[in-house]
Amino acid sequence: MRPLGEAIVITSGKGGVGKTTSSANIGTALALLGKKVCMVDTDIGLRNLDVVMGLENRIIYDLVDVVEERCRLEQALVKDKRFDELYLLPAAQTKDKHAVEPEDVKKIVDMLKKRYDYVIIDCPAGIEQGFRNAVAGADQAIVVTTPEYAAVRDADRIIGLLAKEGIHTPKLVINRTRINMMKSGDMLDIDEICQVLAIDLLGIVPDDEYVIKAANAGEPTVMNPSSKAAIAYRNIARRILGDSVPLMAMEEKGGILSKVKKLFGIG
Amino acid sequence: MARNQHHVTIKGRRDGLVFVLDDRCPFSDLLGELEFKLEKSHNKLLTGPLMHVHVQLGKRQITEAEREALHNMINRRNLVVQKIESDVAEPDPHSTHKVLTGIVRSGQVLRHVGNLIFIGDVNPGGTIQASGDIYVLGALRGVAHAGDAGRRESVIAASYMKPTQLRIADVISRPPEEWGTSDTAMMFAYLEGERMEVEKIVHLPRHRPNAVEIYKGE
Repeated sequence: MRPLGEAIVITSGKGGVGKTTSSANIGTALALLGKKVCMVDTDIGLRNLDVVMGLENRIIYDLVDVVEERCRLEQALVKDKRFDELYLLPAAQTKDKHAVEPEDVKKIVDMLKKRYDYVIIDCPAGIEQGFRNAVAGADQAIVVTTPEYAAVRDADRIIGLLAKEGIHTPKLVINRTRINMMKSGDMLDIDEICQVLAIDLLGIVPDDEYVIKAANAGEPTVMNPSSKAAIAYRNIARRILGDSVPLMAMEEKGGILSKVKKLFGIG
Repeated sequence: MARNQHHVTIKGRRDGLVFVLDDRCPFSDLLGELEFKLEKSHNKLLTGPLMHVHVQLGKRQITEAEREALHNMINRRNLVVQKIESDVAEPDPHSTHKVLTGIVRSGQVLRHVGNLIFIGDVNPGGTIQASGDIYVLGALRGVAHAGDAGRRESVIAASYMKPTQLRIADVISRPPEEWGTSDTAMMFAYLEGERMEVEKIVHLPRHRPNAVEIYKGE
């Protein structure tokens, strides 16, 4: 029997920081590295992972259908257009988050872990039922934040709640960073964020207009290697696999990079 | 030994001796009287088989040093101190410090009855609250509320004092910009009348001589 896969929930507390974008890109990047991946959208009532992946028109059944036994799990899985080993379990659009219980999601995630190397769970914003549903089956968590006080505050809250759910070592992704704004002090810098949140930094994703373009085109950003954000997500995927990939140089000379290296203990 | 000799009562029990020490006289009187009784009036006690001694202090609370002095006084020859106890059921929670470590994150409230030493950070959106003093060995970026049941002499100290808000008893203060920004010194906040003041930690004994025992040098 193959070893059990790992279930990773992508969460943030605050909305709009890039959970779904990160889920789509990390999932796709892992598939790109040859892993069997299933993405699960737990944002019931406000699903959009399927849209970002460009798979909306292929959905027949969804998560709630599986929970309510209107179909088998396999029937609800949507195969990706680009990869044979990349699947999506879409959320329902017509119900709300109370349609499922944390135990239901856990059961499904446990089944998926038997068949896939990675189960990437896209968590809804907020800390209520939707969050508990998303976290229920997860072994590990990636907390996405942006360099803003509000986002960091919510990320901190989420880290506390994850610990309560038994996930004690979540990893941090800082999304939409702008190096020139950090330098001028108009944006929280990486050091400051890491100091407050005190968890391991998994990656830094630069703000990149291509991400918006790609999401609208239903094509994950990682597919385009000329995008800086794509490289960042590919590196994140490699770090998930255990490779030690240095953080991307976001500027020519030292500065932030060396600080971040220091955080990692490799500087 | 000309003082009154009625602070120490010695009783015999099947399992040993009970020393009942008066709780309304100076502690030094007790030691003096104990010495007198053991050396002089009751010196018969020091001969004979091994005896356990159970010391009852009444409502008196003693320090570690005093406890040791009692031990040294009574533990001689065949007497062995088995227990020294005060019958105060609930000791004043503000006479000791609870030590905890971790991170108080956004949305979390760490609440303690008594004095609290917290080793770690209190993040923005997090709250640390105690009925006594609060010492944060780490960064205080959230809210701290000392003396939350009205104890106005409480203090809040932090290695890195950059709180969102400070409260002592019913006084609330939003720290001005300059606090803890430049200096690396540990700071503490206390009430001066209705006003909250922040000072370097070295001034703690000056403003709150009873907060902790003061080291006076060798």
